[in-house]
Amino acid sequence: MSTSNAPRYDAIQIGQELPPMTFPPITRTTLALFAGASGDHNPIHIDLDFARAAGMPDVFAHGMLSMALLGRYLTHWAPQPCLRRFGVRFVAITPVGTQLRCSGKVVDRREEGGERLVALELVAADLQGEAKLIGEALVALP
Amino acid sequence: MIDRSHIGTTLPPFQFEVEKGRLRFFAKAIGETRPEYFDEDAARAAGYRSIPAPPTFLMAAEMDSGATEILLDRLGIPIERVLHGEQSFTYHGVVCAGDRLELLSRITDIYAKKGGALEFIVKDSTLTDLASGRCMVEMRSVIVVRHPQETAA
Repeated sequence: MSTSNAPRYDAIQIGQELPPMTFPPITRTTLALFAGASGDHNPIHIDLDFARAAGMPDVFAHGMLSMALLGRYLTHWAPQPCLRRFGVRFVAITPVGTQLRCSGKVVDRREEGGERLVALELVAADLQGEAKLIGEALVALP
Repeated sequence: MIDRSHIGTTLPPFQFEVEKGRLRFFAKAIGETRPEYFDEDAARAAGYRSIPAPPTFLMAAEMDSGATEILLDRLGIPIERVLHGEQSFTYHGVVCAGDRLELLSRITDIYAKKGGALEFIVKDSTLTDLASGRCMVEMRSVIVVRHPQETAA
């Protein structure tokens, strides 16, 4: 597994920010595709009638879809074989049409178990700045 | 209130093969465009054994296993009351197309907040490679159950 295009551990500083990335709006088509691809068939994400009957104004994005976008952001910075841990809290509902802007920051660097590890804080927010997912990741860098 | 005796119980084990077509479909659905997530040759050129499963893909196994439905049914919770609160993955390797895995999930905690208006179910899962016996990925899900009628005054 290649980690050759990963950032170098020696060049990483605590407090360093990752370049932010903004994703296209989440459409109803995306939700339908994601329901099929992820196996999450909960109708609250794809069936407007069901969502309204459950007291929601509209369908909303699967938390795991937003996490997958945050995962794309993360693996753009450090390729997937570098990943040791990736976790999020889903802090707000993500409505249809939301554009997620992902950002991240280095919060720790340490050598442990023969690996050079970098801990990151990650956020996926809407364009108004409301956080939808707050995450953390641990990556091993060359 | 959810019966706390469910803490420590396991869900039925689920064995499956990670399929190339499913990985491509998942990659497309999340807007992925990097060739290694679609094409075997590109994946090998990037150093993978085959097309890699994106970092959050393995929740799909959990969904396919029916574990969530079984869990909600066992605990008597309607699906519209449920929200995903937290999710984490610990990686011991990259799962690729062709891998055969076993998913094992266990309810490790159930607790309440806001005077019982919200309950939290913690589920821990392991994904073990059947060929090597090696644990590839661990997952933790926190499921939030809304009980609006029990909102504290």
